[in-house]
Amino acid sequence: MELSGAQALIESLKKEGVEYIFGYPGGKVLGIYDVLYHEKAIKHILTRHEQGAAHAADGYARVTGKVGVILATSGPGATNLTTGIANAYMDSTPIVAFTGQVSTDQIGRDSFQEADVTGITQPITKHNYLVKQAEDIPRVVKEAFHIASTGRPGPVVVDIAVDAMKKKINFKYPDKVSLPGYKPTTKGHPRQIKAAAKMIGLAKKPVIYAGGGVVLSGASKELKEFAEKLRIPVTTTMMGLGAFPEDNDLALHMLGMHGTAYANYAVQESDLLICVGARFDDRVTGHLPTFAPKAKHIHIDIDPAEIGKNVRIDVPIVGDAKQTLKDLLEKVKPEKDKHNAWLKQIEEWKKKYPLKYKDDHELRPQYIVELIDELTEGKAVICTEVGQNQMWAAQFYTYNEPRMWVSSGGLGTMGYGFPASIGAQFGAPDKMVFDIAGDGSIQMNIQELTTAVNHKLPIKIVVLNNNYLGMVRQWQELLFERRYASTDLHNNPDLVKVAEAFGAAAFRVTKKSEAKKVLQQAMKIKDRPVLVDCRIVEEENVFPFVPPGQAINEMLID
Amino acid sequence: MKHTISVIVENKPGVLHRVSGLFSRRGFNIESLAVGTTENPNISRMTIVVEGDEIVLEQITKQLYKLIDTLKIFDLPEQKLIERELALIKVHANDKTRQEITQIVDIFKAKIVDVAEDSLTIEISAEKDKVDNVQKLLEKFGIQELVRTGKIALQRGGI
Ligand SMILES: Cc1ncc(C[n+]2csc(CCOP(=O)(O)OP(=O)(O)O)c2C)c(N)n1
Ligand SMILES: [Mg+2]
Repeated sequence: MELSGAQALIESLKKEGVEYIFGYPGGKVLGIYDVLYHEKAIKHILTRHEQGAAHAADGYARVTGKVGVILATSGPGATNLTTGIANAYMDSTPIVAFTGQVSTDQIGRDSFQEADVTGITQPITKHNYLVKQAEDIPRVVKEAFHIASTGRPGPVVVDIAVDAMKKKINFKYPDKVSLPGYKPTTKGHPRQIKAAAKMIGLAKKPVIYAGGGVVLSGASKELKEFAEKLRIPVTTTMMGLGAFPEDNDLALHMLGMHGTAYANYAVQESDLLICVGARFDDRVTGHLPTFAPKAKHIHIDIDPAEIGKNVRIDVPIVGDAKQTLKDLLEKVKPEKDKHNAWLKQIEEWKKKYPLKYKDDHELRPQYIVELIDELTEGKAVICTEVGQNQMWAAQFYTYNEPRMWVSSGGLGTMGYGFPASIGAQFGAPDKMVFDIAGDGSIQMNIQELTTAVNHKLPIKIVVLNNNYLGMVRQWQELLFERRYASTDLHNNPDLVKVAEAFGAAAFRVTKKSEAKKVLQQAMKIKDRPVLVDCRIVEEENVFPFVPPGQAINEMLID
Repeated sequence: MKHTISVIVENKPGVLHRVSGLFSRRGFNIESLAVGTTENPNISRMTIVVEGDEIVLEQITKQLYKLIDTLKIFDLPEQKLIERELALIKVHANDKTRQEITQIVDIFKAKIVDVAEDSLTIEISAEKDKVDNVQKLLEKFGIQELVRTGKIALQRGGI
C-alpha cells in the first residue's frame, strides 16, 4: 500500500488499536492533521493547551490500562508537553507522544519553532526517537507502543521531521519488534521465590507494602489472594491506592508522610516487609535509615534498577507482580493463626489511631470527601490535583478497586487532575469521574473546561477551596512559624462565575448542612462538567504528618 | 574504588548522550569515557572508568541496562584487564635536550611521530600509570600541547 509518512503514521496507530489522540495542531504536524480530517476510526480531542493533552492521555492510560496517545507540533508545542511527559515518567504511565520536527535539512539551524525534542525529553522518557525517514515510521510506532506498554511502562516520544511525513512509502506494519537491548524479565527466579517463601514462613510480623506496580501489572486479585491466604496486612502507597480493597480487614490503607498511623506503626514494628511494585520513595520511607528498622525485606519489581536503589534488600525478585505473586502463592505454606498476635496488635492501633477530623458544624474537606464516597458508593473514578486536596482525597475515599485513583504521585504536578479527568472520562464513559481539586491547582489548567464542555463530559470538579496554597501554607504554619509567604490566594477569581463563563454548571457550598444536597444536584448533571466550589475551613491541616527528615512513626497526629 | 566497565551499545544517534546524561542525572562519577565501533559496525563499545563502591556500581549497571540501546555490560576485573590510554605530547626540544627526550621515549617504548625545529611530538600508548609517568618526565622540557584519550580496555583470554 503506497502511503505518505503521515498516512502511514495514522495507519500504524489504527493497527495499535488507538481510539483517541489528545493533541493540538501547528505548522509541523499539519500533514498529520490533514489525514485525521478524513479519519473515522480515531478521534482527535483538541485540548486548549498541550500540557492538558499530555495529562489527558495520561489519565486515559491510567483508567484503561491502554497506551495514551498525544500529538503536538514542534518547538513550543513539544516543550509544552514536557511536564506531562515527566509526570508520566515518574508514575510509569504508558503514553506515546508524537511531535512534529522541522525538516531534516533545517535541523540544527535554529529554524523557526525548532527545539531539540529528543534532547529535552531524554531524561524524562523511557525511550525516544527522532524519525528522519518516512520508511522508519511503521517500525518506530510499533517499537514505541511496545516499549511504552511492556516491562515497567513509561512515556515514549517520537519526534518526526516534517519531510518524513510527506514522503510516500510502501506501507507494511511489522508484526514483531526487534529490540535486542530490551527484554524485560517477567518471571521471577524460582530460587528467589523459594527463598521468599521460606522467609515469609519464618516471619511473625509481616507487612505487605504494595505500590503502583500492582495496579500496572493487574495483580490486585493475586495480591488479595496472597494476603488473605497468609493473613498478612497490606499497606499501599499513594500510587497503589485501590490495588488492595480498603474495606478488607487486612487493609492498613496508605503509609508514609500522610499515611495512617497504624500503617506506619505496623511497618516500623514489622519483622518482614514484602514490597510489591513500589520503590521506597522518600514520601513513603521518611528518614531512610530509620525506615522499618526491624524488618527483613523482600522486593518484587519488574524494574531491576529499583531493587536496592534506596534500601538494602534481602530477597530481590525481578519479575512482573502478577506472575510473581502467582508463583509465590504456590510455594508458601500458610499456618493457621500464625499472625494472630500481630493482627491483634494492628487492630488495637487501628482503634486507637483512626483517621479523624473535627466533626463539628464547619464545612471541612474530609467531610466532603466522605460524602462523595457515600454518594458514589465508592464506585467513582477519583482524580486529584496536588496538595492537601490530594491527601484528603487519598485518606477519606474508600478505594476498593484498581484504576479508580488518578493522581500525580512522583512529580506532584499541580494542574494534573483536571485534564487527567478528561482523559479518564473518555476512557471510562460509564463511570462517574471526579476531580477533587484545590483552588490553586485548578487554575493551572482551567482552560480545559472548554474541552470538557465541548465534549459534554459530565466531570465533577469539587474544589476544596481554602483560599490558600494549602499544603505549602501548612508547612509554613508548622515549619516556618506561620509566615505565609506567597501562599495567600484570597484574591482568587470567583470560580463559579469562571466555570459558568466556560459553559459549565457551577455551585457553591459554604455550609456543611447544604453540602450533601448540592453534591447530589451536581451528580445529576450529565451533559456538561460541573464545578462545585466548596468554601472549606481555611486553615485545616492534613494529619497525620511526618515532618520531613523524621522517621515515619514520629508523626504529628493532630 | 575504580571500576572499568565495558558497555556494548547499538551504534545509534544520541546513544552517547543517553549514557553520559544518565551519569550526570544520577550523580555517578565518570573518570573517563572512550567510545568506538567494534568488529560489528552496528555496535559500539564504550569503556567507562567509574568511581564508586559495589552498591553504586550495581546501580550504574542496572540503570545502563534500562537504556533500550544497551546490549551488554561487562565489569572488567582488575587482574584480567588489558588497558590502554593513548597520549600525544608535543614537547619543547633543542639540540641540548633532544637526546635526553629520545632516551625517555625509548625506555617507555613510546614513539616520536613528528620532529620540528623546536619540538618533538611523542606518541605513547600504555596503561594509565605509564602514560602519567612519561608525561611527568617530559614536563621539565616544557610541554607545548598535550592530548590524552580515555581508557579503552578488553578482558584477557577467550570470551
Ligand atoms: C506545578 C507545581 N507548582 C508548585 C507546586 C508546589 N505545591 C505543592 S502543593 C501546593 C499548593 C496547592 O494549592 P491548592 O491547589 O490550593 O491545594 P491545597 O493544598 O490548598 O488543597 C503547591 C504550590 C507543585 N506541586 N506543582
Ligand atoms: Mg487551596
